[in-house]
Amino acid sequence: MPEKVLLNSADIERALVRVAHEIVERNKGASNVVFVGIKTRGVPLAQRLAKIILDMEKVDAPVGSLDITLYRDDVSSLSFKHVVQQSNVPFDISNRHVILVDDVFYTGRSIRAALDALMDLGRAETIQLAVLIDRGHRELPIRADFVGKNIPTARNEEIKVYISEVDDVDKVTVMKPGDGGGDERE
Amino acid sequence: MNVNETKLSVSGHESFPSLSIELWQHRHVLDLDDFSCDEVNLVFEIADAMSEVISRDVKKVPTLRGKTIATMFFEPSTRTRSSFELAAKYLSADTVSLDSIKSSVAKGESLIDSLRTLQALGVDTIVMRHPCSGAPYIAAQNLETSIINAGDGCHAHPSQGLLDMYTLRRHLGDLNGRKVVIVGDITHSRVAGSNIWATKALGVKLTLCAPPTLLPHGLHAMLKKCSLDHVTVEHDLDVAIRDADAVMPLRLQKERQQSGLISSIREYIQLYQLTPQRLSLAKPGAIVMHPGPMNEGIEISHEVAYSSQSLIEEQVTNGVAVRMALLYLITGGKIR
Repeated sequence: MPEKVLLNSADIERALVRVAHEIVERNKGASNVVFVGIKTRGVPLAQRLAKIILDMEKVDAPVGSLDITLYRDDVSSLSFKHVVQQSNVPFDISNRHVILVDDVFYTGRSIRAALDALMDLGRAETIQLAVLIDRGHRELPIRADFVGKNIPTARNEEIKVYISEVDDVDKVTVMKPGDGGGDERE
Repeated sequence: MNVNETKLSVSGHESFPSLSIELWQHRHVLDLDDFSCDEVNLVFEIADAMSEVISRDVKKVPTLRGKTIATMFFEPSTRTRSSFELAAKYLSADTVSLDSIKSSVAKGESLIDSLRTLQALGVDTIVMRHPCSGAPYIAAQNLETSIINAGDGCHAHPSQGLLDMYTLRRHLGDLNGRKVVIVGDITHSRVAGSNIWATKALGVKLTLCAPPTLLPHGLHAMLKKCSLDHVTVEHDLDVAIRDADAVMPLRLQKERQQSGLISSIREYIQLYQLTPQRLSLAKPGAIVMHPGPMNEGIEISHEVAYSSQSLIEEQVTNGVAVRMALLYLITGGKIR
């Protein structure tokens, strides 16, 4: 069975516009808001949210990128190794409202790693989590503050997020087990 | 509000890792002769990320928590040893350092038995320096624990070769076709030894410059046998330095003077010291590097060592990032 498209480009855009509004509403404006995207696809999503807020509120919120490899809980536990990429958060997050952005929210382990990474960069006023897709199956007590779309899934299903800045197309798909194809991205 | 706020442009999106972790094939790092271009670039890519970590106010990531790294130096060293130890600490590994002179080696224990003891103590990676060429290879053959060679005799110093090329790459970009000159006591230099392989992997043209007495016997035959056709040999520094992108004088080991390999230090200074006049024969803005420790006024003049073209201090900083990358690749988790 081919992968089934759950969200197309327009759906993603609408979800992001709504999330951007919620961020502004929750933080009573955007003047003290900064965005940090988790590599790889959280970064362009964070940039798009910042762009929507710029058009809406005329506030240019800074956007950083975070590589969480050095903070993963599977590196030293004799599990798997990944290429470490450079993080780029060229602003001080202390006393700011940090909106952490990722594409798929699944076990919560990436977010745990990202929280540790952010703690090392400074003492944020608040850290809020915005995700495009929440597919459930949390393994840690972490929740999202802003969700583009809740998609209940089975564990063996595969959710793939394509973002045009990285993948040349905007869409979210689901694949049932046995469909073949790439690895899980979280 | 921080003044340093820059915004990433949407189009200037940062890319995927360009290299796959599966390229990494090493359990030990003994020399660079078995490093492919991709492997060297993988180390560089990870070193870039480590550079960001060591530029932070809080220089610590939890990556190697619960791992133990031993440094075992059978030769005096301050910079390499502290560089490896800081690299391990920044990655949250525990470190233990063995001072061989005071340890059981002085009581007659063999190298392998000392290393086996470390292994039995549960050490994950051993960083070793030894005055005998090849000692880390014997260690690697006899132990399960990973070995990183931090200098063996006159043979190899792989982390130095990597940090030299990493420093060059940060300033010159792609190194393919660039020209590097190493000048000095090539015979006794493990730095030159590892840089021969590092430059080969990256497509750099390397000129070795020294008086004939400081070049190994049968060098030309050896270069030919190992198909090191990127290397040229030149005795005259004023010729060798022409069009060079980077020049690296090696420390003149003073004990060599007694063994009669050079007629006098004064003559060596006359012919081989890197001076501003000589440096002006290289490409404009050519980079100066030195593996340290320097004998200022012998192989390098004071003006050159502290000129704007000198990256000698940056080499030390980059050394920590490169060694963090190596420790991550060697001591971190398995590859999928």
